[in-house]
Amino acid sequence: MKRIPVAGLLVTAMACALAQQKFGADGIAEYRKMLEDGNPSDLFEARGEELWKKKRGPKNASLEQCDLGKGPGVVKGAFVELPRYFADTKKVQDLESRLLTCMETLQGFDAAEIAKTPFGVGEQVSIEGLVAYVSAESRGSGFNLPQAHADEQKMYELGKRAFFYRAGPYDFSCASCHGEAGKRIRMQELPKLTSDPGDGVGFAAWPAYRLSSGEMWGMQRRLNDCYRQQRFPFPGYGSDVTIALGVYMGVNAKGAQSIAPAIKR
Amino acid sequence: MRHPRLRRALFGLFAVLTACATPVTPSPDYDALMAEMMRASFREQGIAKMDRLMQDASNAECSKSEGGPLSDARSEAIQTANYKSVKMPADGKFIGDWREGERLAQNGRGMTWTDPSTATTANGGGCYNCHELSKAEISFGNIGPSLFNYGKLHGVANPEAPESLPIVDYTWRKIYNSKAFNACSGMPRFGHAGLLSEAQLKHLMALLLDPNSPVNK
Repeated sequence: MKRIPVAGLLVTAMACALAQQKFGADGIAEYRKMLEDGNPSDLFEARGEELWKKKRGPKNASLEQCDLGKGPGVVKGAFVELPRYFADTKKVQDLESRLLTCMETLQGFDAAEIAKTPFGVGEQVSIEGLVAYVSAESRGSGFNLPQAHADEQKMYELGKRAFFYRAGPYDFSCASCHGEAGKRIRMQELPKLTSDPGDGVGFAAWPAYRLSSGEMWGMQRRLNDCYRQQRFPFPGYGSDVTIALGVYMGVNAKGAQSIAPAIKR
Repeated sequence: MRHPRLRRALFGLFAVLTACATPVTPSPDYDALMAEMMRASFREQGIAKMDRLMQDASNAECSKSEGGPLSDARSEAIQTANYKSVKMPADGKFIGDWREGERLAQNGRGMTWTDPSTATTANGGGCYNCHELSKAEISFGNIGPSLFNYGKLHGVANPEAPESLPIVDYTWRKIYNSKAFNACSGMPRFGHAGLLSEAQLKHLMALLLDPNSPVNK
């Protein structure tokens, strides 16, 4: 696995040089295409599938009976309907918070402990693989989050409010960067997330493999880094604000085809 | 009423009307739910403390409007309050070194929970993140308007000259507190929020207004 980030860096360096040479939309598009051709996410997916099926944890059990919303053990198509309401926890949960529930109830792990673990360490690494595997099982499907339950509707409304919540030393909200189409930070294009940004864009492009760090980032880590750059305090892993934003973005992206796990610079 | 059937029918109609008028479940108190969600979801990390979630009038009202405009009266009130907060340079001089300004404009760091200090010396202006400035820098954002040739386009030949004072005064205030002119401006309030020092603000002024700055070439 050590070789992947190095190879990734090389690809990045070459692609960056190319992109700069041919500066403009064409160069950037070509750079993105090169990235897609070298997406090592299949390695994470394979590891995730192994983790899903392997007996682990204090209870020495697999995750194969985990209910991701479509019934115990159903992985195909589950990702594009998350976050959704779960009757057993009486909560709206996203993929990662739901995985934590299953890891606790089926395998005996301490969910709160994993939620407190820094990204890229310990069981958080297992989650990188698991989100790659589960999301890949919905690749090409359109997002279709349920909104029938009152709590799902409530989380949408709260997600919308969180999206527009300006605060912190920079007065930023999610909408500062993602409220209008056609905007960029430096050369980085920013998807408009208040409506469907299209197939494989925005919400439909995560989890994603980050070339710059050689890690698989789920939506929790993506949102965490958004809030870091927004100059906010630290959002808890699986906290309600992250779930609410997931519901807001996911419902807005209805019909958008998921390309997850995608690849990002 | 003497007719039991009519009475039953009227009672049924009444029940239906009542049911229609009264929602099955009361609508949630979203303001309270939102406040509780934000409080419970975040924790402090490094320099990023929980007080960062507090909103002043601009942030509170511009959040509620969800990107839409405020009423004229509220815009005016917020802008006036922010205008009054602006501190002009103590020595009356507005223009620093454009080279330092360019460095600040390139530097997008500061104030995140991974930054070690909230000191102004630890912060950049991050201008290129959102604005075009000099033609030499091709990696610029477009959330804010292009500032290429800012001084030139405003007819500033000598920023120290008295005739330049109106645009110099406006530019200082805009960088110091962008909400002085636009209640819901997307730009950070670099002076008001203590992000940059007076000396750093002067360097950004020079980058925008000095005829020798690459912005005005």
